[in-house]
Amino acid sequence: MYDVIVIGAGVSGCAIARELARYDCSVCVVERDEDVCCGTSKANSAIIHAGFDADPGSLMARLNVKGNALMYEWAKDLNFAALQIGSLVVCVSESDMAGLEMLKTRGEKNGVPGLRIIDRKELLQMEPNISDNAVAALWAPTGGIVDPFGLTVALAENAAANGVTFRFNAPVSAISRTDNGWLVIAGDQTLEARAVVNAAGVYADNIHNLFLELVEDHKDTCTPLSEPAVADAPLSIVARKGEYYLLDTTAGQHVHHTIFMLPTIMGKGVLVSPTVHGNLIVGPTAADVDDKEATNTTSVGLQEVALKSSFTVKDVPLREVITTFAGLRAHQEAHDFVIGELEGGCGLFDCAAIESPGLTSAPAIGQMVSGLVAERLQLTKKPEEAFDSTRPGVVNLVITDFDDWDKLCQEDPRYGNIVCRCCRVSEAQIVDVIHRNPAATSLDAIKRRTGATMGRCQGGFCTPKIMEILQRELGISADQITKRGPGSELVVGKNKDRILPSQDSER
Amino acid sequence: MMAKTTEQHAVVVVGGGPAGLAAAIAAYEAGESDVLVLERDTQLGGILNQCIHNGFGLHTFNEELTGPEYAARFIDKAASLGIEYRLGTMVIDVSEERVVTTVSAEDGVQSIKAGAVVLAMGCRERPRGALATPGFRPAGVYSAGTAQRLVNIEGELPGREVVILGSGDIGLIMARRMTLEGAHVACVAEIMPYSGGLKRNIVQCLDDFGIPLLLSHTVVDVEGRNRVEAVTIAQVDENLKPIPGTEVRYPCDTLMLSVGLLPENELSREAGVQLSPVTRGPVVDQSLQTSIPGIFACGNVLHVHDLVDFVSQEAAAAGEQAARYVQGGCQTVAERGVPVVATDGVRYTVPSYVDPQRMDDTLTVRFRVANEYRNRYVSVYLNDKRIQHRKKRVMAPGEMEQVMLKRSDLLACEDLSQITVKLEEE
Repeated sequence: MYDVIVIGAGVSGCAIARELARYDCSVCVVERDEDVCCGTSKANSAIIHAGFDADPGSLMARLNVKGNALMYEWAKDLNFAALQIGSLVVCVSESDMAGLEMLKTRGEKNGVPGLRIIDRKELLQMEPNISDNAVAALWAPTGGIVDPFGLTVALAENAAANGVTFRFNAPVSAISRTDNGWLVIAGDQTLEARAVVNAAGVYADNIHNLFLELVEDHKDTCTPLSEPAVADAPLSIVARKGEYYLLDTTAGQHVHHTIFMLPTIMGKGVLVSPTVHGNLIVGPTAADVDDKEATNTTSVGLQEVALKSSFTVKDVPLREVITTFAGLRAHQEAHDFVIGELEGGCGLFDCAAIESPGLTSAPAIGQMVSGLVAERLQLTKKPEEAFDSTRPGVVNLVITDFDDWDKLCQEDPRYGNIVCRCCRVSEAQIVDVIHRNPAATSLDAIKRRTGATMGRCQGGFCTPKIMEILQRELGISADQITKRGPGSELVVGKNKDRILPSQDSER
Repeated sequence: MMAKTTEQHAVVVVGGGPAGLAAAIAAYEAGESDVLVLERDTQLGGILNQCIHNGFGLHTFNEELTGPEYAARFIDKAASLGIEYRLGTMVIDVSEERVVTTVSAEDGVQSIKAGAVVLAMGCRERPRGALATPGFRPAGVYSAGTAQRLVNIEGELPGREVVILGSGDIGLIMARRMTLEGAHVACVAEIMPYSGGLKRNIVQCLDDFGIPLLLSHTVVDVEGRNRVEAVTIAQVDENLKPIPGTEVRYPCDTLMLSVGLLPENELSREAGVQLSPVTRGPVVDQSLQTSIPGIFACGNVLHVHDLVDFVSQEAAAAGEQAARYVQGGCQTVAERGVPVVATDGVRYTVPSYVDPQRMDDTLTVRFRVANEYRNRYVSVYLNDKRIQHRKKRVMAPGEMEQVMLKRSDLLACEDLSQITVKLEEE
């Protein structure tokens, strides 16, 4: 029996779990995939939005601005990369200047600090590669970029260090009512809890609708919480696909801030931004798709990104592309976050429709949802010394100076054994993350935590080396190693195993 | 960012593959015994160690060796000369002042002051991501070299039903290897109307095994969320755009890529070495010296070669020149020489500058052609005067070509301002 089960180990679920860990309670996070950060959280723009986009008064506006401020604070405690580089919304037509003013006013209403409209001259100084059509821009100094993997992993590790349990490969198939709370069937696990939080990303509508079935014949009468309840009506989440180009670090300095385009009658542009890993990201598209697993890129989508990048930035060096990817946002028609306790479901909480600026809002979402759950379950905060708010980071050799690197090598010589040459990742970092909690046991899990395989060769050189380390550290064979969990095995057998069957006995 | 213990060596060679080894041996034989080879892998020989097929060394040793055998000849030679080398040692920085910084498990981070530096880091494979091929990103998409390592070094089979995109030599070699190891290779798709690999590899690795080579075809979709389930191949038009209606779906568990090699010049770039946008390697003069005096380059880091024999030849020249640079007191010569211009079907030349005063009696200029050509003449012009005109029956982008320049010819040309290498129809 847990106090709380959180469904989904994306950035929202992990933030909620981490914030719940401040209270005297037991928490279990169930995740359908093999690791944290496997859905929307891993494939997005990785932007810390300033908060001028959302409608004043909306949950999005409130949580975005609050999340923005918290993000830079949390980055220090939890040691993930978040850089406040500032963002620019570029206006490419004199006739659209009113739109820029409107955006500024909206941002000010939302409480975004430091917004300023800058002219072309100043813009050109800040961004020499800005489009010849750019006439002005809205400068938002609190905008930034974040490592979405690092953020989510840091939240999960810190949650785990403070007592939260994670269960992976555990998709939720059923929820039922018990005398004391709720029973959740997740994979082969049957778990009970007093409260359940739905942070299931693009599948949050499925979980919400399971919740609805529970309150259909029996409506709880709960004392109202400090935030309004979520209506006991069906929810529909649409997977909105966004396709991206990721360019090599050689192109990472093409722009210095996150560049958005002020929407015109021609439509919405794409963003061009440096990433915390030093790459350049260009995207996304926005196309609603029926299949919530459709994280495939398309030639149409990629062409659209290539074309639109030129609206705001000149000569984006797309030939430096090292990979393309697509992510799915959890879009809901009303376009606001759906957060709160379900009307008539005492202890059933939604954290749904978390689309952009969901990543930025994650810290604020974590605080809000944990606060509501604590209110309902009447949880008390742990004494200060019982909660460790810090989490040791994974060493990043790209930004480690040579003297410090040398010291690391003296402490652990494996820091001198480079495994991923493109992103400068050593054996020590890989071994470190394999043995953390939650553990990184697949190629992609290691990638998200260390950056290995993320560079210009895309794992060409280091994949076999990482496989070797995984085999050694986990005591498994090569054919058990996966890219991202069961079904994504990297090798299928041994040489000649089907043509020389006698070899089997020797293995 | 300075590191501890600044040791000194006359010639420091970055990379212990075929280029680095040949350069080190040549530097030693030119009189510089204080040569240090830095190798990031756990053994010398570079990528040759996983190239267990034969066909290496026909030009150098007049016999057909496997990759490891070819490498062993050079490793043994270096050992017999007592050339110093460090394994598991990766160079993390080369400065304009020729300070080479390394990291290793044994020694941590160290700096070495070099009289001359020879860059011999080799190349890497262009990954699937760089092609922006649409579709999913599942397990089972391998560059051919990665698959080659898994099969030939680890004994692991990456897949059973294979489609290969790109007809570079490693892809062709792996088509045969995978077949021999019990996998089925459905086809090799090549977006260009000609193969990027050697003719002999197409015959020996595809034709002999009945594996179809689909020219002017590319992959337009990859299916499979976790592991590759199928790829779709379509024919392309003259602009290399897929032709609608020509799609064929191939159920498979593996997509292997052999779509080009890229010289690995991150260290060179950070050092400030000028790079060629065509070769993606350093711009060098007749002594294979880069734009930074005392830093030389050779092998696949300079430009991607077809045969290792030519890598060895070129690297030996670089090593010798590096030794001479040290012996000459590390003097900087401001003059870069006369530019060598590649045009009319010649994509680039190495070197791209020649100083007739400082060149040897003869100089090999290597180049690649832009397309498949039949019965064209390779011509060399000094200013506007043609001095060479040699007919070649067949030329293809997959095969390296060369011309020889004579010092006497260059010196005899008055006011020489440009050397041109081009193809002519007559």
